[in-house]
Amino acid sequence: MRDKLFQIIVIIISVLLIIKLFDLQIINNNSSQILERASIQKVYDFPERGYIYDRNKKLIVYNEPYYDLMIIPKDIKISDSLSISNEINITSRDFLNRLNKAKKYSAVKPSILISGITKNEYANIQEKLWKFSGLFIQKKSKRKYNFQTASNLFGYISEVNTYEIDTNPYYRAGEMIGRQGLEKSYEKVLRGKKGVKYFQKDKFNRIISKYKNGIYDSLMIPAKNIDVTLDIELQVYGDSLMKNKFGSIIAIEPKSGEILALVNSPGYDPSLLVGRDRSVNYNNLNLDSIGKPLFERGLQGQYPPGSTFKIINALIGLQENVIREETVFRCNGGHFYAKNAFMKCHTNLETYTNLNNAIYTSCNTYFAKTYKEIIENYKTSSIGLDKWKDYVTSFGFGNFLGYDHPTGKRGFIPSSDYYNRWYKNSWEASTTISNSIGQGEVLTTPIQLANFAAIIANKGWYISPHFVKNIENDSIDKNYKKIKKTLISEKHFDPIIKGMIDVVEKGTAQNSKIKGITLAGKTGTAENFIKINGKRKQLTDHSIFIGFAPAEDPEIAICVFIENGYWGTRWAAPISSLIAEKYLNRNVERKWLENYILNGNLKEEYMKPYIYENFTINE
Amino acid sequence: MNSLNIKKFDFVSISIVSLLIMIGLVNIYSSTYFDNMSFFSFKNPFGKQLIFTLISLIIFLFILVSDDRFFFRYSSIIYLIGIILLIAVLIFGNEVKGAKSWFSLMGFSLQPSEFMKPITALALAKYLSNINSDLKRKSIQLYSFLIVLIPIFLIIIQPDPGTALIYFSFFFVLYVIGLPSTYMNIFIWLTILFITTIVVGKQNILFIISTLIISILLIYIYRKLSFRKFLFYGILSLIFILCVDFIFNEVFEQRHRDRFDIVLGIKEDNRGIGYNTNQSQLAFKSGGFFGEGFLKGTQTKGDFVPEQHSDYIFATIGEEWGFFGSILTIILFTILILRMISRANTNRNIFNKIVIYSVASIFFFQFAINISMVIGVFPTVGIPLPFISYGGSSLLASIILFGGYIKLDSVKKEKW
Repeated sequence: MRDKLFQIIVIIISVLLIIKLFDLQIINNNSSQILERASIQKVYDFPERGYIYDRNKKLIVYNEPYYDLMIIPKDIKISDSLSISNEINITSRDFLNRLNKAKKYSAVKPSILISGITKNEYANIQEKLWKFSGLFIQKKSKRKYNFQTASNLFGYISEVNTYEIDTNPYYRAGEMIGRQGLEKSYEKVLRGKKGVKYFQKDKFNRIISKYKNGIYDSLMIPAKNIDVTLDIELQVYGDSLMKNKFGSIIAIEPKSGEILALVNSPGYDPSLLVGRDRSVNYNNLNLDSIGKPLFERGLQGQYPPGSTFKIINALIGLQENVIREETVFRCNGGHFYAKNAFMKCHTNLETYTNLNNAIYTSCNTYFAKTYKEIIENYKTSSIGLDKWKDYVTSFGFGNFLGYDHPTGKRGFIPSSDYYNRWYKNSWEASTTISNSIGQGEVLTTPIQLANFAAIIANKGWYISPHFVKNIENDSIDKNYKKIKKTLISEKHFDPIIKGMIDVVEKGTAQNSKIKGITLAGKTGTAENFIKINGKRKQLTDHSIFIGFAPAEDPEIAICVFIENGYWGTRWAAPISSLIAEKYLNRNVERKWLENYILNGNLKEEYMKPYIYENFTINE
Repeated sequence: MNSLNIKKFDFVSISIVSLLIMIGLVNIYSSTYFDNMSFFSFKNPFGKQLIFTLISLIIFLFILVSDDRFFFRYSSIIYLIGIILLIAVLIFGNEVKGAKSWFSLMGFSLQPSEFMKPITALALAKYLSNINSDLKRKSIQLYSFLIVLIPIFLIIIQPDPGTALIYFSFFFVLYVIGLPSTYMNIFIWLTILFITTIVVGKQNILFIISTLIISILLIYIYRKLSFRKFLFYGILSLIFILCVDFIFNEVFEQRHRDRFDIVLGIKEDNRGIGYNTNQSQLAFKSGGFFGEGFLKGTQTKGDFVPEQHSDYIFATIGEEWGFFGSILTIILFTILILRMISRANTNRNIFNKIVIYSVASIFFFQFAINISMVIGVFPTVGIPLPFISYGGSSLLASIILFGGYIKLDSVKKEKW
């Protein structure tokens, strides 16, 4: 009886083995796995990374060849290690460490021993290389920059890390990937696609022939060059104006949403983040906690917008019909917006201001009263505030603008929920009155303010600001052709623009007149605080200006933001006017103003909180 | 007196084995091939194997013409010599890859543990063919076990657990010829426990739950199970679990643990310890249905599956001859083994019957474990594929086993 069982077991096991083999050989034998076999050598053909030009086709970023010293651990004679390490200028201990690391990856496959050897070093090493087995040189290329600007905008490339190798099947150890900025957001465009050829190896790791006549091979797809929207001349000029000042300049072409300049100060040389010293340099930049060069203020900095925000309240007031152009409010060097709560204003006592007046004198009272009316126009403050918020967010505030750079911040526009949580439901317009003048809870990023200026210039619409104008043989994201409308009617912009022209003509920014060009703008002076050793301290106000020119047919919208620069008039407005003049006339005639800005130095202001226990602000 | 009866020889099996040896030679040639390789040379594996094939043929013919009663009469003495050789190899043997299992003789290496297989088969058959040997009796069981366990013990301490594992095929023979089913039940039960212990590991809660589920299943299957027996099984299981946990974690080295972990899917490591299995599986995949062709296997040619001419030769077959080749090999083995069993059933000579069962069982174990290992469903152990894998001792031992089968199969009557 059991001999039958014996036979049955033999048959069952055989059938199971056949099923497993059927699975292995017929069902699950997809080719991608077959190509992972140790017996197949893959040879890659890398496309050269795409170049970056500016809007006028000036070359900004390109590539320069360099060399990697490769090692095949199996072929290294340990007796050579001392002389090898001498030749390539590393300690023999370091060499052995690298050798072991390479060995861990593979004993027979090449790994990088030293990356980023320059042409000169290459010539030196090349001469002696023949003496040692197991070493060879591989040619590669690295990023090279024609202009030392907009480093955070372009970002940098570096070798893929283990996580990226594991999660993205495209990348292999030692390949480069865009890490930040446009290098990251346009990685696929700038990278192209590497080609691969498969070869049959023998056990001595020699290539015998093409694998299966190359049916699995793929061709390299070349990378595409891109044109950025920047005007590199304007960008570099902006850099020079920002010398010794921290802050940012953003210029946008209102009709297209193309960003003409994105200046971050302090800046740094982009070539610091290329090649062998990248990680050291990166750490040094990262350690600068005062200047924070890696912090792209224009996109990531969230600041109170100050008086520039008055404009939006005026627009909402007009749209909501709570004020008209002719509406007059009384200002008595400020006003009581609630019992025992006085908001100061720098206007004279007993003045009666209309809208135009209020804009060019930047009267706090006028906009506080307007804001109050907007909120109180509705049954409850909650409904009013949320309506107000709808208007504000339609300008792109409080959210990402959708630009093609991987970093950014939303800013903050408070909602009724926020105040309900904060004040336990007992609050009204006057509680949140600071929103009217761009202080309080509101936070915006400079690019949002620049976009705001562009919206005013366009009288009510904008295209998402963006950094790439053209991609070679390709089109840019169609979102960057789409017009986005705000909730404000076009007609309400006219009195506002008139007021903004008067700001420069006879108001707070008279020092920024440009001969032959009508600049419209609004200054802002934003109070700000930091915490030092746990204590909240007020610092000198931020100097802000938004504007556009020429006012009749705007070609450039600008936001300038100078950290701790005090009045908007002092730094931001003149810088904006210079930028506008430079862009529109390609030449600056007001040399006295230019020199004043170029020589302006705020370094001492920035050091104050770190040097003194007590310090005066707003000098 | 001479029982040479050519007509009664199982020529079908002889043809199958000849075919298997040919398959072996072709694939050994392919997997060790290099340019300008000379055909007959002691220096390359193919030449050596060819010479061993000729020697095997001589030995095979010698067995066929010898008197079948010789095996019966002298099996005890041969067994003793075999045991002495196994002890001697521990003292005088050559250490290869950490195991003392080889004698070196005039450039040839011989592995006594291979030859001990037919010897043990003879000894066991002789002991059990005695009219008084009733496997229902505990003492008989004990002695039968000892006959098998002594070589197992000597081989394990070489250490060569792979070869030792094959000796467990004798327990299967004992079961087939009438060992009480209790042993088999215990064995199956322990195997299940072993695997669950390793898979579930130290997560005790999960472990207890799975144990309970299996226990309930067992009670359901053996409804007649008395409480005493149930208690016995329970205590045995508990001790076994503790032992497995202890042995697995304390006695096994990491490399052994890794092998189990990879087969059971606990761990994946295609570069290190799992490299063999992974590359071997890739060889099968690239073989597809018809294979890459003789001398064209990319894995084979590059020598990327270690031991590809010996233990992993089946990977070469799978790559160069495809699903077609691997299936043919499996079918040939299956027919051979099934044929041996069915012919043993009609043999009225108990001794011959037991020897043939043993031969069939040994071939079956080796074939099943080797192929399972190569296709990655069994941990890596050093077990060659009979007739096909490179290796003189393995081929000789297989031929002796097979010769024994052909000879004893041709004698169906009780003559003494």
